[in-house]
Amino acid sequence: MTPDPAPAFASGARAGLPVVLGYLSIGFAAGVVQHAAGLSVAEVMLMSLVLYAGSAQFVAASMIAAASLPLAVIATVFFVNLRHLLLSAALAPHFARIPAWKNALIGAQLTDETFVVALNQLQRSSVGQGISPAWMAGLNLSAYAAWAVANLAGALAGGLVGHTRALGFDFALPAMFAALLVLQFAAQASRLRALAVTLVAGALSVGIALALPGNWNIIVATVAGASLGAALELWKSGQTSS
Amino acid sequence: MEIRADVLLIVLGAALVTIVPRVAPLVLLSRIDLPRWLKVWLGYVPVAVLGALLAGEIFVSRGQLVPLASNAALLAILPAIAITARYGSIIGAVLAGVAAMAMLRALGA
Repeated sequence: MTPDPAPAFASGARAGLPVVLGYLSIGFAAGVVQHAAGLSVAEVMLMSLVLYAGSAQFVAASMIAAASLPLAVIATVFFVNLRHLLLSAALAPHFARIPAWKNALIGAQLTDETFVVALNQLQRSSVGQGISPAWMAGLNLSAYAAWAVANLAGALAGGLVGHTRALGFDFALPAMFAALLVLQFAAQASRLRALAVTLVAGALSVGIALALPGNWNIIVATVAGASLGAALELWKSGQTSS
Repeated sequence: MEIRADVLLIVLGAALVTIVPRVAPLVLLSRIDLPRWLKVWLGYVPVAVLGALLAGEIFVSRGQLVPLASNAALLAILPAIAITARYGSIIGAVLAGVAAMAMLRALGA
């Protein structure tokens, strides 16, 4: 009764090609950076295959290097990855008529990039037709495989260079945070609010790190900074709409 | 090729708290509409967490404040920011930051 899923899988994998190319380059850098932060190749691959979330992998690598409490790392990763709630909720209506286990598999490999590709496909496909679980599997698995291969290659390349401090490799992670932050600014509606959030979160992070052990500074500063940004935006929009 | 026990614990815990928000809305099937304040709040999480992480990496070392006068990281981060702002390249930013840090250390900073 069900149509052959193979063509849909191949079509999804083809649609994922831009994501694959992006993951191959960013994933390679991510592998180098995580290895430079002190993770072994096996630990990088554990993160890549089990966690499968770029920004969260950087956060975890940085906090592990700073000898943080495991619970503080897990709590921070939770807030970093909470945005997937939005992506998953946006896709949910389009996959309402398939078994729950297929929904779970589709969601488990959801990333910012695969979400964009899936949404683009949904908008282009004719009304009511949607996309199939097999199509999503093609997209998700090609992205997942590219990320794992690139992380492995990066970690191995980092191992060849070694942890030489003189080469400045330990600075790869802060440089990456700075790059991601600059790119975030471009995506924000108000750069002034983004700057206020950055400065407050940064100052709180440093202050708490100096005052308290265990690296709770990241989670506290993140929640406080995001709350400030949200309060400013909601207050502003409340002013203009009333 | 070793995996430390605490790293394993962190990855498993982090994977658990990551997969729930990824999967729950899709599985619950209902057209979940998150409240507006939560959507707005989630939009600021990336900027806040990156600001917190970056400031910690630059200004704190082994629980101590790194003095402004001898802060090589604060100088080395500038080319990384400039490269990203100009070219939008993450890899370019990482290379520029690492090269700047290597140069500063060679100069004895």
